Amino acid sequence: MSDVPGSALAEKAPARTDGRFGHAMLKVEGLKRYFDVSAPWLNRVLEKQPKQILKAVDGIDFEIARGETFGLVGESGCGKSTVARLIVGLYGPTDGSITLEGNNIAGLSRKEMAPMRRRLQMIFQDPYASLNPRWRVRDIIAEPIRAFNLTSGNTETAERVAELLTFVGLNPRDGEKFPHEFSGGQRQRISIARALASKPEFLVCDEPTSALDVSVQAQILNLMKDLQREFALTYLFISHNLAVVYHISDRVGVMYLGKLVEVAPSKTLFTTPRHPYTRMLLDTIPDLDMTGRERMPVGGEVPNPITPPPGCAFHPRCPFANDRCKSEAPQPIAVDGGGLVACHGVEEGRVPQGPILATPAKPDGLAASVHE
Amino acid sequence: MADQVDKSQGIVSAPVPKSGFLDMMRRFFDSDVWHSFKSSPITIFAGVITLIYFILAIFGPWIAPHDPFDLAGLSLMDSLLPPAWMEYGEARFPLGTDDQGRDLLSAIIYGSRVSLFIGFASVILAMVMGIALGLISGFVGGAVDAFIMRAAEIQLSFPSILIALLINGIIIGYFKTHPEWQVDQVTLAYFVLVLSIGLSNWVQYARTVRGSTLVERNKEYVQAAHVIGIHPIMIMWRHILPNVLGPVLVIATIQLALAIITEATLSFLGVGVPPTEPSLGTLIRVGNDYLFSGEWWITIFPGAALAILVLAVNLLGDWLRDALNPKLR
Amino acid sequence: MADPLLQVRNLVVEFPTRRGTLTAVDNISFDIAEGEVLGVVGESGAGKSLTGAAIIGLLEPPGQVGAGEILLEGRRIDNLPYEQMRRIRGKQIGAIFQDPLTSLNPLYSVGRQLTETIMTHTDMTPTKARERAIELLTEVGIPAPARRVDQYPHQFSGGMRQRVVIALALAVNPRLVVADEPTTALDVSIQAQIIALLKKLCRDHGTAVMLVTHDMGVIAETADRVAVMYAGRIAEIGPVREVIKNAKHPYTHGLMGSIPAVGHDAERLEQIPGSMPRLTDIPQGCAFNPRCPQAHGRCFRDRPEPLPVEDSRVACWLYDEANALSYEDAKRAVAAKEQVSEAQLEEQANV
Repeated sequence: MSDVPGSALAEKAPARTDGRFGHAMLKVEGLKRYFDVSAPWLNRVLEKQPKQILKAVDGIDFEIARGETFGLVGESGCGKSTVARLIVGLYGPTDGSITLEGNNIAGLSRKEMAPMRRRLQMIFQDPYASLNPRWRVRDIIAEPIRAFNLTSGNTETAERVAELLTFVGLNPRDGEKFPHEFSGGQRQRISIARALASKPEFLVCDEPTSALDVSVQAQILNLMKDLQREFALTYLFISHNLAVVYHISDRVGVMYLGKLVEVAPSKTLFTTPRHPYTRMLLDTIPDLDMTGRERMPVGGEVPNPITPPPGCAFHPRCPFANDRCKSEAPQPIAVDGGGLVACHGVEEGRVPQGPILATPAKPDGLAASVHE
Repeated sequence: MADQVDKSQGIVSAPVPKSGFLDMMRRFFDSDVWHSFKSSPITIFAGVITLIYFILAIFGPWIAPHDPFDLAGLSLMDSLLPPAWMEYGEARFPLGTDDQGRDLLSAIIYGSRVSLFIGFASVILAMVMGIALGLISGFVGGAVDAFIMRAAEIQLSFPSILIALLINGIIIGYFKTHPEWQVDQVTLAYFVLVLSIGLSNWVQYARTVRGSTLVERNKEYVQAAHVIGIHPIMIMWRHILPNVLGPVLVIATIQLALAIITEATLSFLGVGVPPTEPSLGTLIRVGNDYLFSGEWWITIFPGAALAILVLAVNLLGDWLRDALNPKLR
Repeated sequence: MADPLLQVRNLVVEFPTRRGTLTAVDNISFDIAEGEVLGVVGESGAGKSLTGAAIIGLLEPPGQVGAGEILLEGRRIDNLPYEQMRRIRGKQIGAIFQDPLTSLNPLYSVGRQLTETIMTHTDMTPTKARERAIELLTEVGIPAPARRVDQYPHQFSGGMRQRVVIALALAVNPRLVVADEPTTALDVSIQAQIIALLKKLCRDHGTAVMLVTHDMGVIAETADRVAVMYAGRIAEIGPVREVIKNAKHPYTHGLMGSIPAVGHDAERLEQIPGSMPRLTDIPQGCAFNPRCPQAHGRCFRDRPEPLPVEDSRVACWLYDEANALSYEDAKRAVAAKEQVSEAQLEEQANV
């Protein structure tokens, strides 16, 4: 955890160009999770309402290589947190498979999942809700150690807890305290220490810095990078903050209404975004360099996920949409630069390329002509 | 990095708390709950009254001037004596005596003992049952939840005294048809009272605990425990239970007053504790017969004792509810 | 224009508790000119929202203005009785809060809420007021305003609700709008829309804005000037470009470095160690001293007052001693000085 060794940096740098990582550690194929959000049965019968199904995750595929950080971005309600919970087994999938190191872990029972759990842990968003307020910090961190029987006795457990607290930059004496005695950033460190307690190889991080102030966010992001190097961790990093995802990820997936619309190496995605939605998202990043660039906010909002638009779910907001987009859901296709894009427009070459969304001169006119 | 972080520790590190009883006491006397207790004179008053009752109940046999159950010590000569300050009153019997010559003050002390015991026991029974069912209902959800909650709602639609009477009748009837069960009258009466009052009051706990459980269940610390693979029963027991007990404590206090009243009512109706070992309710019932023949003290003093106890416990319960609810502060 | 629109002079916001009085906003002063957008930025607990609440007179008890004055167009408003303040709040100062759901009454249609606000503060007839309401909804970009005016808040999406709140705040053309985290609860794509809208409307109407947020990005896009708050005090206040591109206070400097940016490839982010002190234990001297890489003797003793540095004012002793114009200058000057009297400084620091 001391200084960044030069060699490690050198090793890491080319990683952004993808392909340098080992074999796929986690593989997700055709993953689906539907939620039944219908009214209670009696109401439904009396009011003659149909069943309402929320397709939170609707068929996504991706792979994460060992040692890689895969970022997942999207707006609220796009299903990214559901993906996190599916992978750690908090939800069972409706369909599809999740394999960790070749072992299918989708929809396993608690017992069947047990051998895999040690290797797969999670860091949560809300540092105020993710620690049991009635437990001392040492017991919180020791819980996975005890659950997996990783030490031979209480003395060894205590030593391990002290060691973990030191890893995350806290004082071993802090173990005696209760969570409410800590600030948000420190609680998130405790949460990370707990996740590391079982010596996992894969960490699912669901918006781990979203509830933190920026200066604390920087501390946590740096800590996570240090720990990744130190313990050869693989991360699935979920966030709505594009700059954070850019900073930490090697590859990035963009989700919209339960589907992955684009997957690409981080640098490629942020310099040459292909999917119109990715471009729109990138255009919302505030301009901290004060270049005076006027942003062109794209209109519209995320539609109700219970009744998503037919065809490509993004078509009502997309300036390039045509009839095909309204009726046929696009499948991901491979594009230059090692990415996947699910867009008819990109496939047909209708969507002009360029680093930032080249705002059509008259978006309304364009859309209107296409609608014709 | 290490020393940077150490620096941050310097900012927020409070002295490391020592565990143990002394530390717990120190934390309690530093807490907002204790502070709100201190700043409310009426609560302090209620607290003192309740404490006196508790002391009287626990140490009754050593405090009471007479033993009202010692038949040898009773004399019909002493029956129906008025309180000491009235004409014919005797200093030996400060609050007078009843029809069998028992010292009323002693009878009240012994009666409070019975009342508090039955109150506590039935509250604990209702609490354990309510917490268990509420936890299961909230945590498991689905059909189990629907079943438990519908049962609770059905029970809620009857007055609890009616339920208590019903359960009471069933159990007593059961023992009557099974004379081979050699149980003595008093033990049976206690048992039946605790069971009937306890069973008629679990719903409140269950509903409250279920509500809190539904909230806690979705919190991330519970999800973290799931991710670690902790058994659901252990999650309920070690994670959720400690976090849903706050409101239960408030209900328990208020229900204690209610349970004492229910016991008194049942005893007053004659289905409670037998007159040989009277509770406050039994004393009131016995005294009631003499109310109109001028011996008012036999019923008024136990009645007042009951009213004061219930009022004090209720006030404590109200205060606890406010003190534990940050929104009201 | 002689007087600024809003003047805040030595404002103190306190919370009396049983463990003594906590000072959440500690003696801060700033102005907002006509039509200006002042961003107030800081981490949670820095006192930025309380400053906004104090200005609109909606401090939640037990919070109270402990000292100082707030002047709107030269007239004191911090000591007005509730009823007078309420009039000012609708007519001269508008408010936009973080959560659009709680700032709208769920029982009234948005049209009714708008017309009520308009009719309270002007003498328009109901018909006129309704026309104005529809006009406002059009202005904030709500499609089919004539139909939606009769709908209830729950029938609007989050972004649309925040648009309604903006319409409500601007209904009677106030001179100043206090916007407290107006985009925090919204999705990124909606955030951009709302910021653009707020900017455009305030420019068109000449309304001044006090924009309270934790998001430097929002500030960079919107504000003319920025006040950076730390532990209830203003660390640095100046033109937005100056503060963002050439941060002077060590805190602002660290804060800017800790924000990850797309296109900025750094293995590690700059980080400020530690976290903001709790109100109960703000250190003596400069509140930032435990986290400051440049802290030295005086910083542990005396609280720095904002000093003019170029167009900004910076509360940091570096600029008093070194007469520097940038953080790098100041650092260098102090380093040089430190070498001379390192032992001496250390001694002072230990005092």
